Amino acid sequence: MGNVLVLAEHRQGELRDVSFEMLAVAPAIAKDMGGEAVVLLVGSGMDDLAKKMAGYGVKVLVVDDPNFENFNAEKYQKVLSALIDDLKPAVLMTGHTAQGVDFMPALAVEKNLPLAADTIGLAYEDGTLKATRSMYSGKVNAVMAFKPAETYLVTFREGAVEAPEAAAEGSVEKLDNPFTDDVPYRKFVEYVEAEVGDVDITQSDILVAIGRGLKEDKNLPVVEELAAAIKADLAGSRAATDAGWIPHDRQVGTSGKAVKPKLYIAMGISGAFQHLAGMKGAKTIVAINKDPEAPIFTVADYAIVDDLFKVVPKLTEKLKELK
Amino acid sequence: MKTLVCIKYVPDTSEAEVKVNPDGITVDDSRFSFDINDADNYAVEESVLLKEAHGGEVTVLSMGPKKSEVMIRMALAKGCDKAVRVEDDRVAGHDPLMVAKTLAGAIKGQEFDLVLTGCMASDDWHMSTGVALAEELGVNHASMVNYVEVMDGKVKVHRELEGGLLEAVELELPAVLTIQTGINEPRYAPIRGIRQAQKKELNVVSLDDLGIDPETVGMDASQVVLEKLYIPEVESTAEFIEGEPEEKAEKLASILQKGGLV
Repeated sequence: MGNVLVLAEHRQGELRDVSFEMLAVAPAIAKDMGGEAVVLLVGSGMDDLAKKMAGYGVKVLVVDDPNFENFNAEKYQKVLSALIDDLKPAVLMTGHTAQGVDFMPALAVEKNLPLAADTIGLAYEDGTLKATRSMYSGKVNAVMAFKPAETYLVTFREGAVEAPEAAAEGSVEKLDNPFTDDVPYRKFVEYVEAEVGDVDITQSDILVAIGRGLKEDKNLPVVEELAAAIKADLAGSRAATDAGWIPHDRQVGTSGKAVKPKLYIAMGISGAFQHLAGMKGAKTIVAINKDPEAPIFTVADYAIVDDLFKVVPKLTEKLKELK
Repeated sequence: MKTLVCIKYVPDTSEAEVKVNPDGITVDDSRFSFDINDADNYAVEESVLLKEAHGGEVTVLSMGPKKSEVMIRMALAKGCDKAVRVEDDRVAGHDPLMVAKTLAGAIKGQEFDLVLTGCMASDDWHMSTGVALAEELGVNHASMVNYVEVMDGKVKVHRELEGGLLEAVELELPAVLTIQTGINEPRYAPIRGIRQAQKKELNVVSLDDLGIDPETVGMDASQVVLEKLYIPEVESTAEFIEGEPEEKAEKLASILQKGGLV
């Protein structure tokens, strides 16, 4: 049996997007491998979420136990280790997310199984499962071929594919919990919400966003003046947050906010996929970057390949004149 | 408190043109500038901060070529105490599970409270080595950590989840933590530290020195094969604005204004 077991990810009662996105890939791979895509839900009080996943025309297996109220890598590893033995899936797929990356490599070591992490595409060719990955700032793709193994482990990048439409009604089956013990070593304490600042960038009409290309904080006035001239709010990439140029709550991307302004001006941002995921919903995107290969240009409507310090002051001046 | 910090020497490809070599499985890195992996730089800083707060010593561990010693010396200059560099081209470096097994072989037998490493290498993006390393060592772990508080025999960390949410987790020591960028402000190495670093212990070891059977970490042991690398087709529908910087600025200003965007 070549079933592809897809671990549906959820947090605080909500299914995560990647859970659905994996269903754009898993059924076809499972079919090629002579099996079917099967969804696995591990949590507490999973009835509603199970029904929702089943709405995508798949069988949903549920391990429902108060012990799994919150994600715990150690518990997930134990449960999945036991289920790999019981169900013998050809592939176990999870999101390449804060959950997936926290236990899949350990599971691979424990079970001596191969792992392809941060996968953006899967193919089954001539009896070999192949994973496509993205490397080197998104400029190179790598094809990793799995050597034959009982189960292939895959973590799949969130946002790499579009989720399919909900389909026919599938089925839900409860499994016995293979791991009822508590874990002694790792304890979930609480969720900590990010601090809320003075501006909610998810509500901004115009965002001027900065990245590593700003180079140092003494260059901030260059972009602040542009923002002031067009009544924009300042936002930025992870690099800008890490460097302390903008507060954390103004970070755009997977680990920050998803924004939808009518105008997004990205300056000195190369456009790692984590950033693109947070801003591609903007209506009009302008990108200014020195590197013609920068991935930010793949989502831009207007592009300028140049040094931002040569372009932006002039742009500010012109926009002020045109007012 | 005994801490190991695992770091990697990586090329900066953020603004570089990347070309695949004729072999199809490596990239031409001859013109890249190399430095410490971004997240590892934060891990080094965190290890030094922990030492300053709780005492003890920090050992740097890195697998890489001779030229990476510049990076290792810099970590020593910032306050790490000694270093081990593993160099052995028999390790299947494309597979983080093999790298983790090698690093574990270099750590086994040593006492430690914490192993820190960056949560992701900026070249190959696996985010797997640290968590695999914890399993190899048989200790706890937490990944994507952006806050560390050492308590009696335990450590409380914040893990960075999606959407700005954090997860507070407690772990028994010893543990492996994979450190997220932004957790601290990496310091510049002081001049005195740079001088002292030259005298600090830096051992270079091979798999044989570590007692690791090359068969267990090599291409045959790895269960994944790097089949090919290729440059993905870039589809851009953007209108590229050409000209001198000033012209570009003028044209863009006019587009934004006419389009009613500003």
